[in-house]
Amino acid sequence: MSTTTQRPTAADSRTTGKAARVLGDRRLPVLVTAGLFLVMYGVGLSRYQNYGFAEAQVFLNLFIDNSYLLVAAVGATFVILSGGIDLSVGSVIGFTTMFTAWLVERQGLPIVVVIPMALAVGAFGGFLMGYVIQNFEIQPFIVTLAGLFLFRGLCLVISKESISIGDASVSSMAQTQVSLGGAFLSIGAIVALVVLAAAFYVLHYTRFGRRVYAIGGNEQSALLMGLPQGGTKIAVYTMSGFCSALAGLLFTLYIQSGDPLHATGMELDAIAAVVIGGTLLTGGSGYVIGTLFGVLVLGLIKSLIQFEGTLSSWWTKIATGVLLCAFILIQRAMTSRRKT
Amino acid sequence: MAEPLPVLEMTGIVKEFPGVRALSGVDFRLFPGEIHALLGENGAGKSTLIKVLTGVHSLDGGTITLSGTTVRFASPSQAQQAGVSTVYQEVNLCPNLSVAENIFIGREPTRFGRIQWKRLRREAAELVDRLGLDIDVTAPLSSYPLAVQQLVAIVRSVGTGDADGQGAGTKVLILDEPTSSLDRDEVLELFALMRRLKDEGVAILFVSHFLDQIYEVCDRMTVLRNGTLVGEHMVRDLDQVGLVQLMIGKALDQLEELHDQQLHSDVGELLLKADGLGRVGGIAPFDLEIKKGEVIGLAGLLGSGRTELARLLFGADHPDSGKLTIGGKQVSMSAPNDAIAAGVAFCSENRKTEGLVPDLTVRENIILALQATRGWTRPIPVAQRDELVAKYIKALDIRPANPEARVGQLSGGNQQKVLLARWLITQPKLLILDEPTRGIDIGAKAEIQKLVVSLSEEGMAVLYIAAELEEVLRLSHTIGVLRDRKLVAQLANGPEITTTRILETIASGEHQ
Repeated sequence: MSTTTQRPTAADSRTTGKAARVLGDRRLPVLVTAGLFLVMYGVGLSRYQNYGFAEAQVFLNLFIDNSYLLVAAVGATFVILSGGIDLSVGSVIGFTTMFTAWLVERQGLPIVVVIPMALAVGAFGGFLMGYVIQNFEIQPFIVTLAGLFLFRGLCLVISKESISIGDASVSSMAQTQVSLGGAFLSIGAIVALVVLAAAFYVLHYTRFGRRVYAIGGNEQSALLMGLPQGGTKIAVYTMSGFCSALAGLLFTLYIQSGDPLHATGMELDAIAAVVIGGTLLTGGSGYVIGTLFGVLVLGLIKSLIQFEGTLSSWWTKIATGVLLCAFILIQRAMTSRRKT
Repeated sequence: MAEPLPVLEMTGIVKEFPGVRALSGVDFRLFPGEIHALLGENGAGKSTLIKVLTGVHSLDGGTITLSGTTVRFASPSQAQQAGVSTVYQEVNLCPNLSVAENIFIGREPTRFGRIQWKRLRREAAELVDRLGLDIDVTAPLSSYPLAVQQLVAIVRSVGTGDADGQGAGTKVLILDEPTSSLDRDEVLELFALMRRLKDEGVAILFVSHFLDQIYEVCDRMTVLRNGTLVGEHMVRDLDQVGLVQLMIGKALDQLEELHDQQLHSDVGELLLKADGLGRVGGIAPFDLEIKKGEVIGLAGLLGSGRTELARLLFGADHPDSGKLTIGGKQVSMSAPNDAIAAGVAFCSENRKTEGLVPDLTVRENIILALQATRGWTRPIPVAQRDELVAKYIKALDIRPANPEARVGQLSGGNQQKVLLARWLITQPKLLILDEPTRGIDIGAKAEIQKLVVSLSEEGMAVLYIAAELEEVLRLSHTIGVLRDRKLVAQLANGPEITTTRILETIASGEHQ
């Protein structure tokens, strides 16, 4: 073939410069977020060293205090990677706290029976939303918005007031500490880390995970490439519903009560964590590890503001807003570079 | 010698759409290890035949036999599993995934459900290597240009066989206009790949509007016209003139006439002058003069800056340097609106995404630009509007001649005419045509070229961009040659200018 002999020149013009390669690297946003986390942690160390910031427990508390957010954000990562969005996360979490508290406190069911029930309800809710999105070709935004209202409304059907949980097995589960040398993790944090590892495996080492990326990259192409796309989409929302319910259970353990207003707007925290973690809102690009850093950054902002002492808690929101804005601009710059 | 058995045989294929019989009793056969061209004008039924074969459309009559068994596919993925793969003009892959993954997604090698990445990359690299391509399979697909992505799409469809050895393997590969956005080198690379697959025994169905390409790479061809079979020929038995006659079903007077056409010498006063106009990353600063009634052709490879030059003249991009004078007045173009006001019209090469609004009717599309010049507060009176639209539909022979038809449903050639009508209606002084004949059939092509000639005779200046040098050469008074985003030469057309001469200029980059 005469053309093969000319290949070197053709190949040269194809490979982009090193700088462009680095900027086009999909891992870059995750590294930026990880770097940001380290810088923020370093700032915390230098400012609040004498107030105990350097203790290992302060670091581990980031995982303990944000375990539920991490689980919810992992679910949201799947959805966003597939090019969709799930607004029902916060409501499902809120509903799960109510559902669990009601069954345990008012109906006297043991928590080990309630846990699978709550997970099944969340997963089924996600499945229904996914089914509607896929089969009626409706925007995920609208369908999950309906889910948001539905689950929040169902909270109030269960009870208008909050139900605090006094069940002994629940409290012992909540207070169990898994010791790590001088510091400890809660059960919730362990569960969250297991979920994270499982999500990483599923996304990178299973056909289902790769289909999620493919659909997010180009849904039409994925269809024409013969991938079973409908099932994938439904599975993604089912997974998100499951993660939300699991996050709801962790939240119940963390706060030991059910309340119709629990976790209002937490879907937005989850989405923010995913985006700050470097996942493109348009889908198809991102890593679940980035989501971990996104959650940690959000958690660290809270800790830093607590350590500062004089700042009010709304500064958390302001800082989150600024970060989110900055990260979306970085994403924009990266995607436009990739196109040229 | 007895002919081998065809791998695919379609007999008496009938397909009806409401009100139209798209295919009436078409026979088609495909032998293993051949490249077979499917030819016909737009609307002849080529796409319909392919869609019926691959299961996109259902069959209304006739039989399809694949390797001796009668088949009827319900979906493209079913066809693919049986060994009939299609690669379309648009690349249907996921740009966010790596090349290797694009080749194997949906059939990744797994062990206990875990994807074996090393094996996947190795097998992808082997496949790419076997097909004589030089592609880094670990790089994301988006880091490669469109042409390479298309090659990857072919590699994917060839590797239909499961990585575990299951699946049929591709017997029939359908390439639906794969070359329309490739430049010459890329086409050669594609052809090399096609020949290699042919040697491996794959039957390739090739659809292209470029007749030269058919003659370069194909063994056999089937010609369709108006949904019926005109004939099946070996390529070596039929010359181009004979083929075109078969395709359009009439003698070539119309085309011959154009070949012999003398360029009118009636070039008027200076209309547009560009002085060192340029844009970083777009095109190097250039000087250009365009006179009234002059046709300037731009020649150069795809990506050599032809479109970028045109976009500067139209104000679609903002120049970094230089100045532009139209009709003696210096203009600063910050938006196409300024250009339209100055009498410049631009028919984009990308009629689907940049030019037409597919969901609006022919009438609405035609009237868009005229309305824009008047401003939104002064609507065009209904009677005047309908009269204008009817006039241009007639003048350009837009089919169907129905102003209420949706543009998206028209064939490529007719869409192009609608776009032309839209700009002609504003009576521009300078008409920029960027690849006006790409992807349209030979009859419509000739009509558009004739139109360019008659417009310039009426005193309109035309800037004509086309990939086919013959086309540029035939129509232009002056030929601007571009290379590597630079206007390297401006040649006055004359007997001594030939396509070879232009090619040499493109190759050497020097004005000789």
